[in-house]
Amino acid sequence: MQQIINFVLRYKSFLLYFLLLTIALAFTIQSHSYHQSRFFNSSNWVTGNIYETSHGISSYFGLSEENKKLVNENKRLKTLLFNRETTDSIALDSTINYTVVAARVIKNSFTDQRNYITINKGKNDSIKQDMGVITSEGILGIVENTSENFATVQSILNEKSNINAKIKNSNHFGSLIWDTKTYNVVQLVDIPRFVQLNVGDTIVTGAMSSIFPENIPIGTIKKFNLDTAKSFYSIDVDLFNDMTNIKNVYIVNNVYKSEIEQLEAKTLNND
Amino acid sequence: MISNYYFLNVIRFTLLVLVQVLVFNRLNFFGFINPMVYILFIYWYPIKENRSAFIALSFLLGLSIDFFSDTMALNAASTVTIAYLRPTIMRFVFGVNFEFQSFKLSNTTKAQQITFLALLIIVHHLVFFTLEVFSLENFLLVLKKTVSIGLATLVLCLLFGSLFSASKE
Repeated sequence: MQQIINFVLRYKSFLLYFLLLTIALAFTIQSHSYHQSRFFNSSNWVTGNIYETSHGISSYFGLSEENKKLVNENKRLKTLLFNRETTDSIALDSTINYTVVAARVIKNSFTDQRNYITINKGKNDSIKQDMGVITSEGILGIVENTSENFATVQSILNEKSNINAKIKNSNHFGSLIWDTKTYNVVQLVDIPRFVQLNVGDTIVTGAMSSIFPENIPIGTIKKFNLDTAKSFYSIDVDLFNDMTNIKNVYIVNNVYKSEIEQLEAKTLNND
Repeated sequence: MISNYYFLNVIRFTLLVLVQVLVFNRLNFFGFINPMVYILFIYWYPIKENRSAFIALSFLLGLSIDFFSDTMALNAASTVTIAYLRPTIMRFVFGVNFEFQSFKLSNTTKAQQITFLALLIIVHHLVFFTLEVFSLENFLLVLKKTVSIGLATLVLCLLFGSLFSASKE
């Protein structure tokens, strides 16, 4: 007994170090297999408020540029609205598939392997996990964690990100992933080789996921080549979004998402 | 005197965390270089203090940075590592000298100070990026990040060090 106590006392700093390192590694490795750690995210009260304060000061700097972006978006939406075929019927609530909440980015990151963005809307604005986040130019990511007033978003610049995407005006879809190399290029894989591709073609979100509406712009094809098995294309996609400069975002909620997921889960169980 | 020490370290802790997350995590120099100046806390921390407390405090420091930057517990793991290895590194750089009561960081030569700081940074960054990339395949990427970001960290730490040279220690 005496010897055990002596041993603990002699190596107490090593044991402490070992314990703390194990805790840190456990948290790190656990989040490799699961969603982003529940505890280590910047949507909590302290970090959220510090980022909000800092954002309140720095948000004044890019105002004119941000204004220009929003005016451009308005222009595009107005053009769509004016050229819409006029219908006499009044839009009913039951025809709404998606609801949209606007938020502001209070913390952005794009240099890590797994980038997360923090926004200033949370549970109080009925933001939930797995809602899609887009900007006026293209998609941004998926909501991962929420607190009362803040939420963290798993950016498309994250090695865990995997989003259904397709080539515009066709129905050939694949998965959008990121190889962690450059912050303005993502990869589209699993497009079969018989599809006719051209550099400059537009990539948009596909209809396969219940997170994003169909046809949200993502980027254009930068270059493409066949993968090692020679049966699928691996495509480099230039993003429309400037991921280094994002201020205003929209969170899209599919009203029927839970219904779709329930149905799919049921179908799988029946097999 | 004791309370003064505590006070100084608490202020230093808070300021370094804030400066790190609000300024240096947003630097994105060349698109990917974000120096980690909070390592200065390990460099500056008094030598004769309780070692266990120092290790626990370093863990806390890394954890606070992690909370802000959504990096799981990567900073905590690497910071606690250099806190644990600090006596070994100091013995390597300063020889047996540093075990004497009269030893002061400000009494050593500039070259020794820089070597000490550089070793801390190299170990920290190596652990950090190995855990972040988490694959042996991309070991070149780990080295590239360690060298480039380590250099930036070293330069900025030296600048900070000379700006706030702690004359009291």
